[in-house]
Amino acid sequence: MANVITDEMMDYVGILAKLELPEEEREQAKKDMGRMLDYIDLLNELDTSGVEPMSHIFPVRNVFREDVVRNEDEREQMLANAPAVKDGAYKVPKTVE
Amino acid sequence: MSRQYETVIGLEVHVELATKTKIFCACSTAFGGAPNTHTCPVCTGMPGSLPVLNKQVVEYAAAVGLATNCTINQCCKFDRKNYFYPDNPQNYQISQLYEPICRDGYVEIETPAGAKKIGIHEIHMEEDAGKLIHDEWEDCSLVDFNRSGVPLIEIVSEPDMRDAQEVIAYLDKLRLIIQYLGASDCKLQEGSMRADVNLSVREVGSTTLGTRTEMKNLNSFKAIARAIDGERERQIELLEMGKAVVQETRRWDDNKEASHAMRSKEDAQDYRYFPEPDLVPIFIDDEWLAQIKARQPELRTEKLLRYKKEFDIPDYDAQIITSTKKMADLFEETTALCKKPKKVSNWLMVETMRLLKEHEMEVEELTFSPQNLAKLIDLTDEGTINGSVAKEIFEKIFLEDIEPERYVEEHGLRMVNDEGALREVVQRVIAENPQSVADYRGGKEKAMGYLVGQTMKAMKGKANPAGVNRMLKELL
Repeated sequence: MANVITDEMMDYVGILAKLELPEEEREQAKKDMGRMLDYIDLLNELDTSGVEPMSHIFPVRNVFREDVVRNEDEREQMLANAPAVKDGAYKVPKTVE
Repeated sequence: MSRQYETVIGLEVHVELATKTKIFCACSTAFGGAPNTHTCPVCTGMPGSLPVLNKQVVEYAAAVGLATNCTINQCCKFDRKNYFYPDNPQNYQISQLYEPICRDGYVEIETPAGAKKIGIHEIHMEEDAGKLIHDEWEDCSLVDFNRSGVPLIEIVSEPDMRDAQEVIAYLDKLRLIIQYLGASDCKLQEGSMRADVNLSVREVGSTTLGTRTEMKNLNSFKAIARAIDGERERQIELLEMGKAVVQETRRWDDNKEASHAMRSKEDAQDYRYFPEPDLVPIFIDDEWLAQIKARQPELRTEKLLRYKKEFDIPDYDAQIITSTKKMADLFEETTALCKKPKKVSNWLMVETMRLLKEHEMEVEELTFSPQNLAKLIDLTDEGTINGSVAKEIFEKIFLEDIEPERYVEEHGLRMVNDEGALREVVQRVIAENPQSVADYRGGKEKAMGYLVGQTMKAMKGKANPAGVNRMLKELL
């Protein structure tokens, strides 16, 4: 395996993804991530000069919606999925700015 | 202090577009609804929901790009910007990083040293986040997603500005252009236009940029000016003490007139952008672009020239009238009705401006109709009412948009042109004021003014001033 994921990198990715891995899973995750990067390196060996970068997997463009209001007030249904609700709003732990 | 410093400022301006629906779903963008009443699975980030782009957003964004001399990127697409915050239900914001819709434009501003071009690096489309309300009673925050998914454009300038005056001139220019296009109402206080200021300082003569900070939470022109001056001083002080400026985002507190760093070190600013897989690319072909161009309304510079040419309005007047879209619209609509551009211009420039100042109102808050102003001008012109009565009625129109013709009838304000009645009153005034009459005959011109005033008063202000003068001279 050419790519080695360091512990520092694991911590950093953990912060970005808001994930904490138990010690026993860390080693396996490091190996998996290293292998993913190896695969990308393999792809990079392919000569793509002259190939237009793909912006989407389907050959489709310009899918639009006209500017017309069609949705009604469905607050009750929307809030039914929330873990906690207060005054018609989603209740979350206090955010500090 | 021996060293001389120069301030280098670039702006990121967010503008809420005036669409009826959100950027990726058919929820209303109406302001002020009860929390979460304008939400759906798309704008609350429910798994499996899919965004569909509002065509009007592309058209507004391209229109702003064209009006700011940008190149329209005819093939553009969206990207995901990843971050966690409770106001962002998807844990990513759909934005444009790699292929923004507009690039390389500029607007021209006036500075004491003459006209100056402020470069526009790019304009991109993105979605707004929800609103967080911090609960006063419980230790929690409440999230309202009504604003989540409201379309925004972000206009990123080049670091071309050097002081607060240039920044304000630039913002004023952008606001005017966007209002004229009808793409947004651009109200800083209500947040439909928001500016983040990127600022660094460097020694005069240096060609490299210093370390910059980004300042947020600026919701008035005054706050922007104060924040710029405050941040400039803070950075110079650091440099003078031999310390380094840290690249960071700071939040301006206008009450304290000070800023503080917003994000802690644990929150890495690594957005891991990648192409948005749920949206297909946008291709603005030549035909569509031509249609958007053809629909561009007349902007200020063209309006200014046309007013001077078509209506023979002096430059000074035309400048003031075109300085807001609201005023220009009132001018054109009223002129179309009464066909007296110079008179319309006078009412707008003098009385309207005076009353706005008196009531501490913004031009955008004007509510009177062109119909009623046009009627008032006609009534004055026909000699139905005199000038001072017209001013009195205008104030009523300004405040309550009353119908002037009916008001004149109901309050008996019609100008009295009845020669017989006038003669009677003037005779009585002459008889009651022997001293003034003697003064006038003795050569005191001022006495005439007093007699005119007495006659007007006796006729409850409804007399024709020219007629009163003539009658007095005749009878004396």
